[in-house]
Amino acid sequence: MSTSVDNIPGFEVLDQSLESQMTLSMGPQHPSTHGVLRLDLRLDGELVVKAIPDIGYLHTGMEKLFEYKKYQQGIVITDRMDYLNPLGNNLAYVMAAEKLLDLEIPERAQVIRVIMCELQRIASHMVWLGTHALDIGAMSMIFYCFRQREKILNLIESASGGRMTPSYFRIGGLMMDLPAGFERRCKQFLDDFPEALDTFDTLVTGNTLWQSRTQGIGVISKEDAIDWGLTGPCLRGSGVDLDLRRDNPYTGYETYDFEIPVEPDGDVWARFMVRMRELRESAKIIRQGLERLRPGPTKADAPKVVLPDRDDMRKHMDSLIHHFLIVAEGFNIPAGEVYMPIEASKGELGVYMKSNGGPKPDRVHFRGPSFVNLSALPVMSEGEMVADVVAIIGSLDIVLGEIDR
Amino acid sequence: MTQKLQEFVEILKAKNDSWVTEVAEGHGEVTVFTPREFIVEACTFLKSEHGFDMLADLCGGDRGPEEDPRFEVNYHLFSTTHHSRLRLKVLLSEDDPHVESVVSIWKTADWHERETYDLVGVIFDGHPDLRRILLPSDFDGHALRKDYPLRGYEPYSMN
Amino acid sequence: MGLENTLFESLPDVVTVKLDAVVNWARKSSLWPATFGLACCAIEMMNSAASSRNDLSRFGAETFRASPRQADVMIVSGRVSRKMAPVLRRVYDQMPEPKWVISMGACATSGGVFDNYAIVQGVDKIVPVDIYIPGCPPRPEMLVHAIMMLQDKIMKESVKDRRDTFEPESRVSIVPGTLPVTEGTALEKETEIEVSQNRVSRPYTIPSRHERRRSS
Repeated sequence: MSTSVDNIPGFEVLDQSLESQMTLSMGPQHPSTHGVLRLDLRLDGELVVKAIPDIGYLHTGMEKLFEYKKYQQGIVITDRMDYLNPLGNNLAYVMAAEKLLDLEIPERAQVIRVIMCELQRIASHMVWLGTHALDIGAMSMIFYCFRQREKILNLIESASGGRMTPSYFRIGGLMMDLPAGFERRCKQFLDDFPEALDTFDTLVTGNTLWQSRTQGIGVISKEDAIDWGLTGPCLRGSGVDLDLRRDNPYTGYETYDFEIPVEPDGDVWARFMVRMRELRESAKIIRQGLERLRPGPTKADAPKVVLPDRDDMRKHMDSLIHHFLIVAEGFNIPAGEVYMPIEASKGELGVYMKSNGGPKPDRVHFRGPSFVNLSALPVMSEGEMVADVVAIIGSLDIVLGEIDR
Repeated sequence: MTQKLQEFVEILKAKNDSWVTEVAEGHGEVTVFTPREFIVEACTFLKSEHGFDMLADLCGGDRGPEEDPRFEVNYHLFSTTHHSRLRLKVLLSEDDPHVESVVSIWKTADWHERETYDLVGVIFDGHPDLRRILLPSDFDGHALRKDYPLRGYEPYSMN
Repeated sequence: MGLENTLFESLPDVVTVKLDAVVNWARKSSLWPATFGLACCAIEMMNSAASSRNDLSRFGAETFRASPRQADVMIVSGRVSRKMAPVLRRVYDQMPEPKWVISMGACATSGGVFDNYAIVQGVDKIVPVDIYIPGCPPRPEMLVHAIMMLQDKIMKESVKDRRDTFEPESRVSIVPGTLPVTEGTALEKETEIEVSQNRVSRPYTIPSRHERRRSS
């Protein structure tokens, strides 16, 4: 397991505890663990001999909640799971339900979903970059990053009404259409964003201190990365060319033109570079999406599943009845089971949904990318210095809300 | 998509007929029901010969206390080369919820199996470190079982 | 420099004020929160401190301290799980008097939508709370407002009410072994036996001196 320890001459791992070995309990209240993660570190001097992550300090029992929430009520809970990428969670959940229902989603709704998801991906990466830099010691980055994130949150708020918990995607389409002026403001953001990226590059990417703190640290090989089930930027940082947006396409991602950044080294620097390059690709996708926006419906033509417009309810009796039935009793989803994977900002977010025919799911399980990525932390951190563990945790981009669920 | 997955099912059947008890298909996905004795062999075969090198997800489920077999474990296999997904399903009875661990095949199964043990109560034989992962170690019961109360809890500081 | 010189010139050498007024003024102007991020609300807490738009430093409360020994106010930002509850109580006990608690968001205040086995239904079951903020998550402006409300509250307090506790209270209320060192090889059965043999009550049932005084 601890392959990198072998490289250090005169050092061997012993099973019995040495007098020089020390146990360091890091967390759960620690500023660099990105939440309430706890690590048991066995140290020999400053060298990490063994790292045991201890999770569950934010266990919320969300999968239990789904047992008595109706399908449309469950969307709200997914927001609170990976709270840096709520729209991605919404998308995975509603697409699992839509797959069970075999619903056809209108073109405009698909394009808006892509735009919003990519905006959210940028926002999520902004928090990652700010906190990752803060952990390693570059204090000023977080101010620049949160400034960009605030612009995206304003866009999301104008569309959905919520800053961090939008619940914008609904089963069968969207909550409502984009507000007037959204495209103009989004274009304005995209015009300003490359300049901010250049600022980030000047501040950290080209910084030799940053490079020496990240290069060659926390290496995980290609085979190990696949074996430990890493996904997303962590896997692409190890040289595996895999992106579900291209390889298991959903929401029409196959029609967009974008590159998938891959770095071969597998260290903290490689994972950092993959995410930095991804930011530019996401901006490219949003620009293409804005060009494709054409007027049209944003909800599927399924009156028994999708809530009607308020206008319709005032004019048509059947719309009123459908609205009442959906809100009061929910809608039934035919029995079956699906696994819906999407490429969230941290990796493969999979939703396993099983229905037994009623208005409430039988079992909903989330395969959180952070959960799996964190499980590989011992492989990366054993044999490194204790100060580098912080850099490795930052490069994994974990969110404890998703790990513990 | 299902065409390709059906081929894998045919290959599995051809290799050993007793590995596949039932095949379910729907929504572009294929589920293979496998007896619990053969799950490790079937997974090893699929990984080594057919490129299913990643275990995307492993999750347990409770079908309800009145069902028999009561528990199920789903293995979502994924291939990083041909990007297919296949679901293997193992059914377990309430009296004997034991299944062989697949940690020796995919290391990522480690935490997935611990989580399933913690929340559903399925015991994975041969797992190197089967402890609770999300809940405190003195927690009573398994939370995702259908007979566990949905709301509220008994504060354990009271006893 | 600027203000002091002007004050020095315009004021006499000796000024008499109430001790409460000047101590409380000093306390409220440098509220140092403990870095205690739990869930979604922690991001909004970071946002209010680290974004130029909300800039918590206008109120002297931007200095987040990682060590509870240096902190004055604990912002419980997010849902508190049963596994986290002893840790939260321990952090609170380690903070020196005077200390205040802000319960941020619906989950910390009442458990929010998560009414199940895993979540403590309101952080006030564990620690005494001074300010509750509604919202899921509250906007950064609401946190700024809560800090201002807390400052108003501090101005009404008396120095006599708040004494630093040098008694080993913070050590007593921690039951040893609530944060066990996980043995990488220990099996569940062994730990279960161990736990059932010396089952101890959780530390958050023990009220602190501060809490006892309030309830009496």
